[in-house]
Amino acid sequence: MKSRSLRSRIQRLAPTLLVAVIFLGAWELGVHLLGIREFILPPPSSILSEFSEELQIFMGASGESILFSAARATLWSAVGGFVIGCGAGILTALVTSRWTIISEATMPFAIAANSVPIIAFAPIMNNWFGITNPASKMAIVAVIVFFPAMINTVRGLTLVDPGQLELMESWAASPARVLRTLRIPNALPFIFSALRVASSLSVIGAVVSEFFGGPRATLGVYITQEASGFNFASAWSAILMASLIGITFYVVVLLLERWLMPWHHSFGEAG
Amino acid sequence: MAVNVIEARQINKVFNPAREEQVIALQDIDLSVSAGEFVSLIGPSGCGKSTLLRLIADLIEPSTGELQVNEKSPRQARIDRDYGMVFQAATLLEWRSVRKNIELPLEIHGFAKQERRERAQAALELVELGSFGDHWPWQLSGGMQQRVAIARALVFQPSLLLMDEPFGALDEFTRERMNMELLRIWRETDTTILFVTHSIAEAIFLSSRVVVMSPRPGRITSVVDIDLPRPRTFETRAHPRYHELVAEVREVLRDAHVLE
Repeated sequence: MKSRSLRSRIQRLAPTLLVAVIFLGAWELGVHLLGIREFILPPPSSILSEFSEELQIFMGASGESILFSAARATLWSAVGGFVIGCGAGILTALVTSRWTIISEATMPFAIAANSVPIIAFAPIMNNWFGITNPASKMAIVAVIVFFPAMINTVRGLTLVDPGQLELMESWAASPARVLRTLRIPNALPFIFSALRVASSLSVIGAVVSEFFGGPRATLGVYITQEASGFNFASAWSAILMASLIGITFYVVVLLLERWLMPWHHSFGEAG
Repeated sequence: MAVNVIEARQINKVFNPAREEQVIALQDIDLSVSAGEFVSLIGPSGCGKSTLLRLIADLIEPSTGELQVNEKSPRQARIDRDYGMVFQAATLLEWRSVRKNIELPLEIHGFAKQERRERAQAALELVELGSFGDHWPWQLSGGMQQRVAIARALVFQPSLLLMDEPFGALDEFTRERMNMELLRIWRETDTTILFVTHSIAEAIFLSSRVVVMSPRPGRITSVVDIDLPRPRTFETRAHPRYHELVAEVREVLRDAHVLE
C-alpha cells in the first residue's frame, strides 16, 4: 500500500519536475546559444555553482559564508516580523471581535491600511530603529503581515453559521464558550490562509526593506552590493536563496495547517 | 396526561415594532401540546412557523402573550435542557468527530467524560449510527448527518424535540426513510415532538395533529386531528383515510389563500 502511494505520488509530481527540467534546460541553452552576457542573465549552471561554493564554505569549518550569514539574518527578520505581526493581528481581532462595535469601526481602516504600500516606510523605520538594527526590518514585516492576519481573523470569527450560534444559545453556552468552541475553530481556515499569504509577504518585506540599507550580511544588501560589483552569479545565488527561504516558510505554514486542522477535507483521504 | 408540554396563550410577535419595516410575524397564537403528542406546523414561507418554534426554544421572546414550556418559562426550560433542537441543516461542527459533536452539549453543561461517552454512544445507537462515532461529519451522507443532529438533540433525553424542517434538504427516498426512523425514535423515547414542515404528506404521515398556519400576519387557521392508525407503516400512505386527510389539509390551506 505504502509503496503504491509513493509511486502514485511520484507520478503526480513527474509533470511538475519535467516542466522544471525543461525550463532550466531552455534557460541554460538560450543563454549559451544567444550569447547573453552574464550581467543580463547568468546561466543556471553558474548560479548553482556559485551557490554550491557558498554551501561548501558554510558546511566546512574554514571561513564564513556571507551568503548563508545573510540568509540567516534575513530569515530572522522575516520570521520575527511574521510572528510579531501575525500574533498582534490575530490578538487584535480576538479582542475587537468581543465588542462588535469596535471591530466594525476599525475594519474599514484595516482594509484601507492593507492596501497602503507599507514598504515605503522602510527608510523611516531605518531612522527609528537604526539602519543596522534588525528591528527596523522586522517592524516593516510585522506591519505588512498585521493587516491580512487581523482582517482574516475577524472574518473567521464573525462568519459563523447562524444555526450553530442558535444551537449554542439553546445549550445556554457562555460567550467565552462560544468563542472557544465555535468562533475560533471556525476562524482557523481563515487564519491559515492569511498566514500562508503572510509567510511569502514576510520574506518579500524583509528582502525589500534591506534594499534600503542594512548590515552587509543580509540578503537585500548582499544582492544590491553584488549586483553593483558585477558579481551577477552571486547576486543571483542570493535571489535563489531568498526564493528557497520563501518556499520553505510557506511549506512549513502549510504543514502546520494540516497538522492543526486534520478534519479539513481539502486534504484528501482521512488520515 | 394532564401535563401540557407547550402552552401558548395569545402570543404575538412583532419584528421591528413601531418602524416602517414592522412585521407582524405571529398574531394571537393559541396552542397547547400535551405530553407524547406529535404535532406538525404546516404553512407556506413567512407564516411564522419557524418563529413560533424559536419562541418556544427561547431563542427570541414574544412581544405579548403567555408562553410556558413544561409549565415553566421558556428561559427556565432552556436552562433545564427540557428540549432538543434540529434544524434543516445538520449544523454539525466540521472540526469535531461525530461523537464529539454529540458530546458537545454535554460538554457545555459540564458532564464528566465517562458519562459523555456513554450517553453519546447510546444516542448514536438510537439513530443506528453506533459504529460511526469516529467519522468526520463530511464523511457521512446528508441523511446520516441529520441523524447525528437528531442524536445530538436527544442526548439530554429531553421531554420535547423541536424540529425545523429537519428533512427539507433530503431527497424523497431518504426523507421517507427518515420519517419512519423518526417515528421509531419517538415511540422508543416518549418525547413530545413539534415538527415544522412544508410538506403536507410528511405532516400527515407523522403527526397526531397538524396545525395549519397562514402568512401575513402568521396565524393558526385550523387544526386537523390525524386519526390514522398507529404504528404508521409504508402501507399508511395507501390508506383511504390518508388521502382524505391530505385533501382536507389542502382544502384548509386553499381557504387560507395559501394555495391558489
